[in-house]
Amino acid sequence: MLLQYIAIAILIFLSTALAGLVIVLGELFGPRVKTNVKSMPYESGMTPIGPGTRRMPVRFYLIAMLFILFDIEIIFLLPWAVVFRKLGVFGLVEMLIFILILLVGYLYAWKKGALEWE
Amino acid sequence: MDSALILEWVIKSAILIFVLLTGFAYLTLFERRALARIQVRIGPNRAGPFGLLQPVADGLKLIFKEELTPAEADKVLFTLAPVVTVVPALILAAVIPWGRDVTLFGRQVSLSVADLNVGVLYIMAVSSIAVYGIVLAGWSSNNKYALLGGLRSSAQMISYELALGLAFVPAILLADSMRMVDIVEAQHPWWFVVIQPVGTAIFLIATLAEVNRAPFDMPEAEQELTAGYHTEYSGMKFALFFMAEYAKMIVISSIAATLFFGGYLGPGVDRYPWLGPLYLFIKIVILLFGMIWLRATFPRIRYDRLMAFGWKVLLPLALAVTFITALGIVLEMLWLIPVLSLAAGLFTVAMVHRALRRKAYARA
Amino acid sequence: MTNLVLFLVLAVVAVVTALGMLLSRNAVYAALFLVLNFATVAVFYILLEAPFIAMTQVTVYAGAIMVLFLFVIMLLGAERLPGTEPLPWQRPLAIFLALVLAVEAGYLLFARRAAGGMFASAAPDFGSPQAIGTMLFNRYLLPFEVTSVLLLVAMVGAIVLTKKEKGGRE
Repeated sequence: MLLQYIAIAILIFLSTALAGLVIVLGELFGPRVKTNVKSMPYESGMTPIGPGTRRMPVRFYLIAMLFILFDIEIIFLLPWAVVFRKLGVFGLVEMLIFILILLVGYLYAWKKGALEWE
Repeated sequence: MDSALILEWVIKSAILIFVLLTGFAYLTLFERRALARIQVRIGPNRAGPFGLLQPVADGLKLIFKEELTPAEADKVLFTLAPVVTVVPALILAAVIPWGRDVTLFGRQVSLSVADLNVGVLYIMAVSSIAVYGIVLAGWSSNNKYALLGGLRSSAQMISYELALGLAFVPAILLADSMRMVDIVEAQHPWWFVVIQPVGTAIFLIATLAEVNRAPFDMPEAEQELTAGYHTEYSGMKFALFFMAEYAKMIVISSIAATLFFGGYLGPGVDRYPWLGPLYLFIKIVILLFGMIWLRATFPRIRYDRLMAFGWKVLLPLALAVTFITALGIVLEMLWLIPVLSLAAGLFTVAMVHRALRRKAYARA
Repeated sequence: MTNLVLFLVLAVVAVVTALGMLLSRNAVYAALFLVLNFATVAVFYILLEAPFIAMTQVTVYAGAIMVLFLFVIMLLGAERLPGTEPLPWQRPLAIFLALVLAVEAGYLLFARRAAGGMFASAAPDFGSPQAIGTMLFNRYLLPFEVTSVLLLVAMVGAIVLTKKEKGGRE
């Protein structure tokens, strides 16, 4: 079983090498004439005001946080699905309880407008 | 572990990368030709017969393009970001089985790079890594549009990853395994699209958002974000982003075909195993054409609606579909699964329709 | 033998990435070093024939939690941290806890080993999804259900922290 992962390691190595090769090709053959205007951040012709990285809205944080929680839920669902036929009704009930508890949070998020993107 | 085995892996990996690269090149041509036909144009037909040399010309042109790096960009991450984007797209396909085992040169050869017992989880893991390239590209560019575009795309990707992950569950439930080969073999005689049509639909919608394709192509919302996270990219670095998008389209179509459309199964595949790759290829092309067709048909969806759709519609529906599948298996009434899930799907569509109607009236 | 060499190489990578995370001044680089560290740990799990845990490690830690970290870093606009330590008691506490961990690990490795080995040899497919599912949903059912409460609390907490009451400014 472990051997299979060596194949994946080889694949990762080959694709990284390919990506590196593509970058090197571009560096080798592309012309380079630097001017001030060219190296300015592109804002459709406007001269940029202020730094390029600035504070971002907090909603992204909320989305990422909710994503983690539901991602963990899905991770639990996967092995459950594999052994579900063995567990039967018992398995259905235990997963229902798990999901129902999480659904409380989901409904809370919905009611509080956390899923809203205003 | 002998050297022949390592050679086999290297050859299989190289073939996989080669197939994805040529697939990427000709998918761009296919897309341009198909879009042109839909819009009553002809499309690129000058370079070579039927424009077949067009991708070669495009590639050569990109090599000789000047690459710009914004003055205050983080040079290391700026170069790393396209690499980090393209590698997951290429290695995602490692677990796709292209057919049953065949005997070549007196060796038993399986037609996938790696046959993992956690195949589905591997797909989830690798596709969750793909976010980094986009976040890093947006951040390292030192460009407001790029940063905002990168954050938006990544928020979109992680939101739809939930629906994507949940859509795997019915397939695993029906196959009792996370190994891709087992999932394919379990679709004898009924493909999972027949048993779980709504799960398939959720999967296909979520994949569109995952690869940032129309109508979810936020990075290309040029009227608000110029070009999103790849605004500052040009030349071969841009080509890598482009390659990642199209390679990922191909891979994700092959995953959809494997999970729901019977993978390499098809008439006569039991007697002639080499038909397997051919069937899978045909299914992938049909799914890809579907993606292109959608791009030609639907306008881009507004960002707030896109997020609301992912969180408020797809996620609960995917959960419901999961439990309907489990219920059908427990009761040993498989016919119940398509009936109930179609009912749930129709109910959801009706609710969305009602909500949108109400909003429209409220505004008028 | 190959396993030992692999382990040593990976261990060096893990330590170096952890150090890189601690030492880099730029928060984004620190986060990326941590991602590499998580990936190395995932490879460790694969070496231990626990692919399920390895993939979960990548999906949850590298794919979800670190994305949150990156978002938070960008949320703050990658500002430099102030020079003074915000929590002065944090450093001595960390050193103390690290010592406790080191002593405990040392005790396990040396004292218990003399008593006849701590590493029970595992069944050949103990790390397969089937085995994990069977264990999780029978023997460890209660922890599993408690996890949902934990997730619920985290969800409510995140919402309370970020959402001001209606009408207030975000």
